[in-house]
Amino acid sequence: MLTHVESQALRLSLEVAALSVLLTLPFAIACAWLLARRQFPGKALVDAVVHLPLVLPPVVVGYFLLLVFGTRGAIGSWLNETFGLRLVFTKQGAALATAVMSFPFVVRAIRLAVENIDRGLEEAARTLGAGAWDRFATITLPLMLPGILAGTIVAFSASLGEFGAVITFVSNVPGETQTLPLALYSAIQSPDGDVPALRLALISIGLGFAGLVLAEFLARAVRARLGR
Amino acid sequence: MLDIRCIARRGAFLLDVDLKLPDPGVTALFGVSGAGKSTLIAVLAGLLRPQSGRIEIDGEVLFDAAAGICLPAERRGIGCVFQDTRLFPHHDVRGNLEYGMHRVRGRVRRLQFGHVVELLGLGALLERRTHQLSGGERQRVALGRALLAQPRLLLLDEPLASLDAARKEELLPYFERLRDELAVPIVHVTHSFDEVIRIAQQVVVLDGGRVALAAPLAQVCRAPVLHAITGSEVTGTVLEGTVTRRDAAEALAVVRCGDIDLRVARIVLEPGMRVRLYVAADDVAIARERPEAISMRNVLRAQIVTIEPAEGSALVHLAVGSEQLLARVTHSAIRELQLVPGADCFALFKAVATHGRRFERAGATA
Repeated sequence: MLTHVESQALRLSLEVAALSVLLTLPFAIACAWLLARRQFPGKALVDAVVHLPLVLPPVVVGYFLLLVFGTRGAIGSWLNETFGLRLVFTKQGAALATAVMSFPFVVRAIRLAVENIDRGLEEAARTLGAGAWDRFATITLPLMLPGILAGTIVAFSASLGEFGAVITFVSNVPGETQTLPLALYSAIQSPDGDVPALRLALISIGLGFAGLVLAEFLARAVRARLGR
Repeated sequence: MLDIRCIARRGAFLLDVDLKLPDPGVTALFGVSGAGKSTLIAVLAGLLRPQSGRIEIDGEVLFDAAAGICLPAERRGIGCVFQDTRLFPHHDVRGNLEYGMHRVRGRVRRLQFGHVVELLGLGALLERRTHQLSGGERQRVALGRALLAQPRLLLLDEPLASLDAARKEELLPYFERLRDELAVPIVHVTHSFDEVIRIAQQVVVLDGGRVALAAPLAQVCRAPVLHAITGSEVTGTVLEGTVTRRDAAEALAVVRCGDIDLRVARIVLEPGMRVRLYVAADDVAIARERPEAISMRNVLRAQIVTIEPAEGSALVHLAVGSEQLLARVTHSAIRELQLVPGADCFALFKAVATHGRRFERAGATA
């Protein structure tokens, strides 16, 4: 049903998106909680940096990733020497690029959920003997779930569609970094790519649609559980 | 033993209390809104850190500004029931009840799950989600959750305030059972004097962030300071006594308080029961001579102790045998009857105007 190029791009897209979500969530949860609950010097600056990918051209983000995480970049060379982890031209790199691009959306969704949590519930947990980490794990985190879920869905869909930052940072390598949008781009570039391009576009639409249906289904399940 | 001496600030509000409760039992924390009740509760629970002072329970220091001690709320073992219940929406009733139960460190488990569930009538609710509960049911679950954390002190922050009269009536017996069957000291915040009469053994009155009064209930009702804070609504006398006779046909009971007998109607009381009676000052009349052929069932020989002027009327303090009664009369009545301190008279009030509540001391068996 699917050609080799198509199935490879589809599998890679899902893989990159999943990896990207896993990479984003812990940082996004911590960041959202800090921004929602804590006052600290430089908070406005942190807030601005988190939101920067929203207003920058994706190419700029890709370019900076290349500077920092490239084989000669400060962090890139350290990762390469310590763990033998190379990000440029790899799907791990593609996941990093999409993670950075979707980070602000995820933080916004989770932060909203944190701000909606009744602090009184955490106080009640305190009087019942729950310490700080216990409270976070058993009260705050479960109540953040709707936001985390929304954030995950946003991050996953954004990762499936990210183009600019990915192609700039990890290039367009079939089987390694050529996700659906990149494969589509290559098809459009080739002289007889009309049909493959259309098929790839249809796959993207189908994937997006399935994602939306799943998201709605999960959101309903969570709402029912929290009784809203 | 509860010993609090502290100064705490919350916004522009300043709480400055010095309070010793040798045997807290059920203590009503009473006062108008803004008097500092919730602030004091927060300080006790460890949710608000005072600026200075010292808090001690049963010999353990919870807070001592000078020594730099502030035991965090989660290690104080003080249970809270909040007005807005604060049930965890992501747990069912059982999950809520078990939350504190799983976090009892070191303290003895005196209250068993089954016992608390039975006491509060929660058996049928265990598998429910919290949003499926009525207001009264939510409060019962909150109460059970706090109890199962095995608190050494239970703080109730206006748990009945958000309920309508019918729900309150439904919930109050549970609080009474709690007081009578479990030996957990309770501080009950309220601004309803009816709740105070029904539940409390002693009363702490807060006014403007300070303790205006701390005394057993019967004394508090007579104290002029309370009248100034709450107005005439709660001016009256609380008497404690034992039912000596009951006339079922007449629906009348005789209660012996000290050395006087009072006739009480409209409530079912069995001989031997300890009861608490409330006689509002507005319901007590004064006569210079014993009236004949009068419907009022309580006609008691009395002597005027003092006459306290109040707005538009006067409060007459009467000594009736070993007890005291308050009567509110007009200035013209005082003039015409020539009521002066030391004068002999009769205190009159109706059996149906005497509000009685069954009452046991905490720890006593019913």
